[in-house]
Amino acid sequence: MGAEIRVHVYLWWIGSGAADHDMLGTLRRQAEQVFQVPARAWLGHDRPADSFDPRRQQHSSTRILKWLIESRPAQSTKVVGITDVDLFIPILTFVYGEAQLGGAAAVVSMARLQSDNGFRPNGAQLASRLAKECIHELGHTFGLLHCQTPRCVMARSVTLVQVDAKAPDLCHDCRIRYGEIRHQGPGHHE
Amino acid sequence: MSRERTRILIVDDEEIVRESLSAWLEKDGYTLATAQDGETAIDRVKKERWSILLVDLKMPGIDGLQVLENVRKVQPDAAAVIMTAYATVDTAVAAMKLGAYDYLVKPFDPEELSLMVQKIVAQQALVRENVLLRKVLKRDYHFRDLISKSPAMQAVFDLARTAARSNSTILVLGESGTGKELLARAIYAESPRRQGPFVAMSCAALTETLLESELFGHEKGAFTGAVARRKGTFETADGGTLFLDEIGDISAKLQLDLLRVLEGRQFTRVGGSEPVKVDVRIIAATNRDLQKAVAEGHFREDLFYRLNVIPVHLPPLRDRLEDMPLLVEHFLEQLGAEMNKQVDNVSAEAMGLLMAHTWPGNVRELRNILERAMVVATGRVIEASDLGLRRPPCIDGSPTLASLEDVERHHIGRVLHDAHGNISQAARTLGIDRATLYNKLRKYQLRKDGEPEFEENETA
Repeated sequence: MGAEIRVHVYLWWIGSGAADHDMLGTLRRQAEQVFQVPARAWLGHDRPADSFDPRRQQHSSTRILKWLIESRPAQSTKVVGITDVDLFIPILTFVYGEAQLGGAAAVVSMARLQSDNGFRPNGAQLASRLAKECIHELGHTFGLLHCQTPRCVMARSVTLVQVDAKAPDLCHDCRIRYGEIRHQGPGHHE
Repeated sequence: MSRERTRILIVDDEEIVRESLSAWLEKDGYTLATAQDGETAIDRVKKERWSILLVDLKMPGIDGLQVLENVRKVQPDAAAVIMTAYATVDTAVAAMKLGAYDYLVKPFDPEELSLMVQKIVAQQALVRENVLLRKVLKRDYHFRDLISKSPAMQAVFDLARTAARSNSTILVLGESGTGKELLARAIYAESPRRQGPFVAMSCAALTETLLESELFGHEKGAFTGAVARRKGTFETADGGTLFLDEIGDISAKLQLDLLRVLEGRQFTRVGGSEPVKVDVRIIAATNRDLQKAVAEGHFREDLFYRLNVIPVHLPPLRDRLEDMPLLVEHFLEQLGAEMNKQVDNVSAEAMGLLMAHTWPGNVRELRNILERAMVVATGRVIEASDLGLRRPPCIDGSPTLASLEDVERHHIGRVLHDAHGNISQAARTLGIDRATLYNKLRKYQLRKDGEPEFEENETA
């Protein structure tokens, strides 16, 4: 039983367009509420330079993660990059986001969350989807694995239907698991 | 639980593919490992158990199809998925022919990958559950080394379990090969005497004098060659159980000797005069009709009643054919372990032949036939031709129709067998006179026990 590790979460807008301050503020509050850690919305001007893949016309989430780890604010213990560009990992056609399991960085994209078979979701719906994906990826950085409860925010979601089916919170089991991880410290996520 | 037990091996020569795929699947809680080439993959498949293999088709050296071929041989239960950058019909067909679970074209749609892995995990969980349930079911069908789900045998098991707790003499009746000694051993193992010895003795194998000496022992000098005092099986079994097989075959003198032991629990060694007291539980067995032997004066009535305290009738295999699939599975497992050869099942046609056979040698004969079939079988399924059984004439549902003569020959054989070779009884059952039956036996070259005089060799 170790002491709880002090965590500062930074939510960093790294998109190509302008940041939506209200949405970032909502994300910050939700992250604080779910994980009970201090969070900050960060508006640094740096952007990952070499993440674009011209062949795929998408951005490599793995390269963004690498850049986030190198460029994150010194005070942060975890950073979530939020972007509006479409993300991929080499083996998959796209990803909503990627995180280092039990690590310091995660990235989430709004690109596929705001397109639903040609229909644009309203602002609240988009904010809700983004919040779920941010909390989901942040959960991975705390060492949480995918949950088999479809309503849990840690459930694997590869379609918008699955994203919309989730609640923006941890289920009972994941909450217990999160508590155990926080008391064990990093690196004990298995 | 399924996720923790699921072990995935990713085989790809591109490091970025290995890393990104394992990082993606790792978050589902699966155990992951990677191999950078076909050679490493084959090595890991030989050494460790895998649930799923995601294998790149094109790799330098050993390619994905060769890895797949190896997986099918070494771990046929693992699901191997081929990954390819360029899907062609040819590669897909080749992969599926080699037993690939599926193939994926790079880059994959995340939903496609997720659904496929979930499906494999669910299927493998079902297979495991099925194996577990079958084991539980089989445990219910077991009485030690005996296995049956037929109501008649279940009644035997119940009676035997109850009888095991007592000290009473048990008489096991049943045809040759029905498992009389196995039942005796099971009763012994379930009895309070299981800490004592179990001694089995076949009374048919020896001459009267030898059997007497074997049962009761002898004193030094009792007969030529008796150079030292020797304990008999009764003394050896003291405190335990003595199984006397073929009890219906013993001579009148030994019947009397045995009766005395059963009455007084003591005997004298051959050539001796000192009574020897023993505490032995007797389980006797015979394939003869002892009541008939008593009626005909061949077996002592008083001994019969002494032995027949708890009679247990083991039904012949032909009367419990519902056990055939269970017994086949049991023997394939047992023989597979003994012979270090894996055979999973018998074909539907082979099972048809097994069900149609009359099994004069009962379960022992079945085991022998399956042992032969395991030796000659080339694949993991025993085919009808591997059994070396004569095809029965078509009666019920066989693919080809038999001639009237074939049906008659088969039917006479069966009736004769059921009548234990008794011509008069068989003739009565068939509704013909004895002379006609003799003529037909000559015509069809059948012996009195219903078996043909010579076996027809069936070419494989």
